[in-house]
Amino acid sequence: MPGDEWQPKLDTYLDGELPTEVMRELDAHVRSCPSCAAEVLNRLQLKRAVQASAAKRYLPTAEFRERIQKSITIRRRPAFRWGWLTAATVAALLIAGALTFYVGLQKLRREQVFSELADLHVTTLASPTPVDVVSSDRHTVKPWFQGKIPFTFNLPELKDSEFVLVGGRAAYLGQTPGAQLIYQVRKHQISVFIFQDRALSRDLSTDTPVMRKLSFNAKTWSQDGLRYFVVGDAAPEDIQSLSQLLKKAERS
Amino acid sequence: MSQVYPMEVPEDRVPAATFEELAMPLFDQLYNFAHWLTQNREEAEDLVQETYAKALKGFSSFQPETNFRAWIYRILRNTFLTSRTGLKASMTVPLNTDGEETAILAPANTPEAILIERSNQQLVQGAIEQLPVHLREVLLLCEVEEMSYKEIAETLSIPMGTVMSRLSRARNALRESLRRKIKGE
Repeated sequence: MPGDEWQPKLDTYLDGELPTEVMRELDAHVRSCPSCAAEVLNRLQLKRAVQASAAKRYLPTAEFRERIQKSITIRRRPAFRWGWLTAATVAALLIAGALTFYVGLQKLRREQVFSELADLHVTTLASPTPVDVVSSDRHTVKPWFQGKIPFTFNLPELKDSEFVLVGGRAAYLGQTPGAQLIYQVRKHQISVFIFQDRALSRDLSTDTPVMRKLSFNAKTWSQDGLRYFVVGDAAPEDIQSLSQLLKKAERS
Repeated sequence: MSQVYPMEVPEDRVPAATFEELAMPLFDQLYNFAHWLTQNREEAEDLVQETYAKALKGFSSFQPETNFRAWIYRILRNTFLTSRTGLKASMTVPLNTDGEETAILAPANTPEAILIERSNQQLVQGAIEQLPVHLREVLLLCEVEEMSYKEIAETLSIPMGTVMSRLSRARNALRESLRRKIKGE
């Protein structure tokens, strides 16, 4: 190829953009053609002059660089914020769930105890010998428990009330020994159970108002280390009145 | 200079290679290129800032296997074209000049040797500044950024043939401008 035909390709040659085979041919030509060699040198010099003059001609200020750097520093705000919010919500739900579960479990166990006491009450009344000590005299019934249970208690004076003491017997709740007293009000029989408070499950540590369970009315409270349960089919007012009498007697 | 506000991107939209890791090494070059285009420091800063903001915003759509440099230069160049200076410059782009053309041969007694002897960078810088923007940008991308024709075509969104013809015209125009300067015309 004559030199003139190579001339239009010299820039592309210097830019390294010719196909490999053409590059090789032009290499060989430039070595043998003084005119093209001079032209290549000229164009190379211009190329170098442009590079030297234009590269790093303008430099950004440090302040501008810092500003851009800050502007592109990604803040992981949304994910971070939502992450904490989600975590807090989940934690709150877990705590609420655990509390609900705990309260529910406690209630369930308390109800199980009341059911057990209601069973004891019914079983006692169904027995041909519902009480082991038969007496309406509290000074007879109370001493009967001596040596049978590990605590003592006071019984109320019933002289001016509708309640009558029928008698008493030993009872067990969750393998804990206690006293069961039978009272009568009109035609209704009421059981009063007394146990040592610390011997019972902590699930029973909450006092309750008179509550209805299996058609029985029941009430529990703690006083001077003893846990009282009053269970019977009498009216809630009667359960409440007997409870008051027992509380008053224990305080005296 | 307008106020810079930190940009926020949801964490799940940040690709493995962060934008910062890819973009900051190109900062000096982008600024240099922006200044060459705008010929003004404040406008160059605005242009670079807007480029980074746009690029960060669109980074989630950037394909990791493609050319990041060409991608961000294209953003800068398109941003420049829509700026006041860019619009003004683009109006001076002559029509029907991007076709294939035969390069004008450099005459003998070339200015390049004189330039090297004198080491006069200011002359070259002045000649580059006088080039129309569409020739200046292609010359800078080739000589300064050392982009391949393919990269330049990708950056400027023009065919490779147009890249070659613009480069040729840019070099010839530069040479002619230098000759006039050296002769004191």
